[in-house]
Amino acid sequence: MRIRLQIWRQASRDDSGHMDTYNLDGVNPDMSFLEMMDHLNEDLTKKGHDPVAFDHDCREGVCGMCSMVINGQAHGPKQGTTTCQLYMRHFNDGDEIFVEPWRSQAFPVVKDLVVDRSAFDRVIQAGGFISNHSGPKPEPNSILIEPEVAEQALDAATCIGCGACVAACPNGSAMLFTAAKVSHLGLLPQGETERYPRARNMVKQMDKEGFGSCRNYAECEAQCPKEISIAFISRLNTDYLKASLVEPKDRRGKMKSQ
Amino acid sequence: MLTLDSKIPQGPIEEGWTNHKNNLRLVGPKNRPNYKVLVVGSGLAGASAAASMGAMGYHVECFCFQDSPRRAHSIAAQGGINAAKNYRNDGDSTWRLFADTQKGGDYRAREQNVYRLAELSAAIIDQAVAQGVPFAREYGGKLANRSFGGVLVERTFYCRGETGQQLLLGAFSALQEQLAAKNVTMHTRTELMDIVLVDGQAKGIICRNLETGDITSHAADAVVLATGGYGNVYYLSTNAKGCNVTAAYRAYKRGAGFANPSFVQIHPTSIPASGDYQSKLTLMSESLRNDGRIWVPRNPDETRKPNEIPEEDRYYYLEERYPRFGNLVPRDVAARNAKDVCDKGLGVGSTGYGVYLDFGRAIEKLGENVVVGRYANLFEMYERITDEDPRKVPMRIYPAVHYTMGGLWVDYNLMTNIPGLYAIGEANFADHGANRLGASSLMQCLADGYFIIPVTIGDYLSRNPYGQVTTDHPAFKDAENAVRQQQEQLLSINGSRSVQSFHRELGKLMWEHCGISRNVAGLKKGLKLIPELREEFWQDVKILGSGRQLNQALENAGRLADFLEFGELMCRDALLRDESCGCHFREDHQTEENEALRNDEDFAHVAVFEYKGNDQTPELTKEPIEFEALPLASRNYKT
Repeated sequence: MRIRLQIWRQASRDDSGHMDTYNLDGVNPDMSFLEMMDHLNEDLTKKGHDPVAFDHDCREGVCGMCSMVINGQAHGPKQGTTTCQLYMRHFNDGDEIFVEPWRSQAFPVVKDLVVDRSAFDRVIQAGGFISNHSGPKPEPNSILIEPEVAEQALDAATCIGCGACVAACPNGSAMLFTAAKVSHLGLLPQGETERYPRARNMVKQMDKEGFGSCRNYAECEAQCPKEISIAFISRLNTDYLKASLVEPKDRRGKMKSQ
Repeated sequence: MLTLDSKIPQGPIEEGWTNHKNNLRLVGPKNRPNYKVLVVGSGLAGASAAASMGAMGYHVECFCFQDSPRRAHSIAAQGGINAAKNYRNDGDSTWRLFADTQKGGDYRAREQNVYRLAELSAAIIDQAVAQGVPFAREYGGKLANRSFGGVLVERTFYCRGETGQQLLLGAFSALQEQLAAKNVTMHTRTELMDIVLVDGQAKGIICRNLETGDITSHAADAVVLATGGYGNVYYLSTNAKGCNVTAAYRAYKRGAGFANPSFVQIHPTSIPASGDYQSKLTLMSESLRNDGRIWVPRNPDETRKPNEIPEEDRYYYLEERYPRFGNLVPRDVAARNAKDVCDKGLGVGSTGYGVYLDFGRAIEKLGENVVVGRYANLFEMYERITDEDPRKVPMRIYPAVHYTMGGLWVDYNLMTNIPGLYAIGEANFADHGANRLGASSLMQCLADGYFIIPVTIGDYLSRNPYGQVTTDHPAFKDAENAVRQQQEQLLSINGSRSVQSFHRELGKLMWEHCGISRNVAGLKKGLKLIPELREEFWQDVKILGSGRQLNQALENAGRLADFLEFGELMCRDALLRDESCGCHFREDHQTEENEALRNDEDFAHVAVFEYKGNDQTPELTKEPIEFEALPLASRNYKT
């Protein structure tokens, strides 16, 4: 196969960036999209041109590192698929393919197709956990969990934190990501204690990071490689609403008084 | 000669860990924030260790080369995690998990370590559930179990096919809680380049910020390496692309002993490479062998499609060679036989390195719905990658490098022979002997991180005053300069070949000469060819750009430079271990049934290598393994 690539090139965070055109020969339909990018980079290196920087690691669709907008869609045209699991056989000989980084104010471009997604980690730090120390814990079978609830929690927990939802959203909203974590933990009895402060704090952090608001475009669900349902967003909205009815009180200072 | 004090507790094995813990020195809660601990790596072992020590109050800094600690490759583990809970009432116990692990490892691990792992296994499940890991539940709401290879009980806990992801996200969220509490600081896109020793003690590390290229020094009171395994020395493996040996190898060059480097687990069922451009291999769960039949055409010149080949022209080689176990022979036997038939020219697929795994008979017998129901995810994953429907066309599979049992030598406290330097998870050698059982890697990482290191590290720290060394110490400046020099040297070569092309070549060399089965001539050839390739690399590699920016080719070159030295060490160990055991199969030592033939008289030891300088032969020290609790027996899965 021979393809024509239009790729976003940006030398650093401060650079303004532009699209560059590359014609690439010798593309095998059985190559993964990232193997095609490897092939391009090998070619560029040979010619003495700076190879294209892109994030990737596990290449089996679970680490969430790969992040390319391909022909205008996060992770490309195939549904429920990360970029690393997309194969060149889904394209045709002679195709022109556009490759861009995630576009969002909250995900600044670091170089070429590599973006900074540390905003996601800060959203988790705001409450995406069940407070714990390591050590002896209750016997798990002493807290029964309906399999349906455990499965729903897993449906949400399966989020790989890639950021496709943000890249897909015309508003650059991170609601699906945040909702997935709030739902995963809030559905389980272990996460009940911190359920409402969690929803409130994570949403607050999400806004602070510069993610846009949710307008129910549902593009996030359509382009999520793990096909996480936007039903979780309504769950988050319910939790957030309940949380906002009560004035938060932080009693931790007093609790520790001696 | 290394002095290896394993600090194994004396007395009955059941009381070993308890007694040992009771005698460890501790650091008090008010004193812990004064002690700084660096954790390198943020997978299951690293994240759990950093979170646990952070919660205790230690001043922890954690480092990972990815953009977030959640990306570490523990995330890709599929099947499950073992724990001796005995929920199924099928005779499981700490003792049985210990015995299974020791037998599975072909008796090349320390009994006390393995017993402790089994003892801690149940608490890991409790910890994970408390964090919100959504393990599979039965209809009564209790935890479910599945069975796994090499054992006769059901003790594996799971979250569909993504157990590693869920456990890592549990550890990751615990780590994020500690980051929010400011007990832990995280350095992402930061790679370890060297370890700094002052007066023989580990006192810090040198890192490179992968985005800016800045070389930075970090001083501390102790360093914990949780940097994973080295399967990527073969280029193609089931590891993530970034997995590397650099941290462990730099530790080795600074004097840490490297134990059993040749012990590499090769998984029999991965999707075969489709061409030279292949960048990694994807595992298919070995549970497929329950219903799939493995075969190749009898005729090496066969041109018909698999479905057109009649029964008499199919060679069901496992069923013919091992009539009792058939397609369910142990992992290593299945892997060796696949290589054997492909080497004889019978392999299938475009490269000739693949065998069929055929569900035709199972579908005929059980119906398509039943078979697809059992393996839905795997069939879908296979079809996504190969564009072939395994319901209609037999799958093609081939063995792939999966896990490395070897690693840095550690004592019972998980400290290397360098005081203050620890190694946990896959980075150490301690618990799996010569072969790891399925669903045991997650267990080991979390036992190390949640329960062992948070206690044992206090024993060392309490014996040393905190904050003795700062980054002003000349040892840091020297190490920084050496790192800068290496970077500049790599960039100045400006040869003709890409880093990737060298890595591919090294991978082929290692696979050929130090792979599934090994022999003296092949290993000697490897020992000759690897240094030649290394020489060529340092003369002809081409890396563009500068070291003052995000430069992925430069990152890969640094990792490859270490692999190019480390591969030689693996071949050396494989040559010196003149026996077969577990995954280390030497063709000159096998039973009549092609099973590994151990030599307990001469090789019941851990082979620990000490770096002696460039171009010097590393020195071998042997730590004998004692068998007191569980007598030696031959590994037999047949009767």
